Amino acid sequence: MAKVRGTLVIDKERCKGCGVCLGACPFKVIELNREVNGKGYNYLYAAHPDLCTGCAGCALVCPDSCITVYRERTEQ
Amino acid sequence: MLDVLMHFCPGCSHGTIHKLIAEVIDEMGMESNAIGITPVGCAVLAYNYIDIDWVQAAHGRACAVATAVKRLNPEKMVFTYQGDGDLAAIGAGETIHAANRGDNIVVIYVNNAVYGMTGGQMAPTTLLGMKTATTPQGRDAKLHGFPFKAGELISQLDGVCYFTRQSVHTPAAVRRAKKALRRAFDNSMEGKGLSFVEFVATCSSGWKLSPVEANRWMDENMMPFYPLSKE
Repeated sequence: MAKVRGTLVIDKERCKGCGVCLGACPFKVIELNREVNGKGYNYLYAAHPDLCTGCAGCALVCPDSCITVYRERTEQ
Repeated sequence: MLDVLMHFCPGCSHGTIHKLIAEVIDEMGMESNAIGITPVGCAVLAYNYIDIDWVQAAHGRACAVATAVKRLNPEKMVFTYQGDGDLAAIGAGETIHAANRGDNIVVIYVNNAVYGMTGGQMAPTTLLGMKTATTPQGRDAKLHGFPFKAGELISQLDGVCYFTRQSVHTPAAVRRAKKALRRAFDNSMEGKGLSFVEFVATCSSGWKLSPVEANRWMDENMMPFYPLSKE
C-alpha cells in the first residue's frame, strides 16, 4: 500500500520559538531545541522525522513561515 | 511575501494572516492589481512584507482611504487591514459609513482585544474582567462600558455582502480562514459590496502570556464571546 512520508525543512534562523506549531502536530514529530539560534530563541527541529506524514499542519500555523514540508510517496 | 524577517512578537497571529492574504492574492494572480491600506498599529509595517501597492492611512481612516482608492481605480482589488484599536475605536465612524455605502472593498479586521503596539492597554473590544495595562483590576462594565462587537454591528448594514469571523490558531481554522478570504476578495471584484472578515487573534505580549497559553486563553475566553463563523 502506498504510504506518504513527509520531510521537514526548517529555517532555524527565522524561527522565533513560539511553539504554536507543537500543538498542531498530531504525531509529536517536532520539538523546540535546547540550543538557541542567532536571535536567542530555542528554535524548532524535527526530533522524530520518521513519524512525519507530511500533513503540513505545523507549516499552516507557523506565523513566520519557517517550515517547508515535502511529501514523498513510498511503497510498503 | 517578501523574504524578510517580520517584526512581530513570537506567535503573533498577524504573521499567519499576512501569509494567508499573500497566498490568496497570489492564487488570484492579482499581485499587480491589489492595493492594501495599512492601519496604525502593529500591522502598519505590512508594506514591508507583502509585495503589492500599499497606502498608509491615518489612525482609523483606512476605510475612508480605501473608498477613495476603489472609486478612482474600480478595476483594482482594494482591501484594508486593521486592528481593533484602529477599526473599532478611533475608526468606528469611517468603518460603519463605508459599510453603509457598500463600497466594493474588503475589510480585514484583526481583533485581539487590546492595543498591542502601545503595550496592551484596554481597547473597546476588551472582554469584561480582562486585565490589561490600563485595567489592572479587570474591565468593569460600570466604569468602562461593555465589549464592542464591531462585526455583528456592521453585518446588520445593507451595504455589507459578506461577514465572517475566523481565527488562525489551528490548521483547520487556517484552512477555513483562507477560504473566507478568497470569498471576500472575489466578492469585491464582482462588485457585490463590502466584505468584512474578522479574525479573533492573540496578542501574547499584550496579554502577558506565552504564545501557546495565549492560544488556549483565546479558545476559552474569546471564542464564547466572539463565536467563529461556520464557514
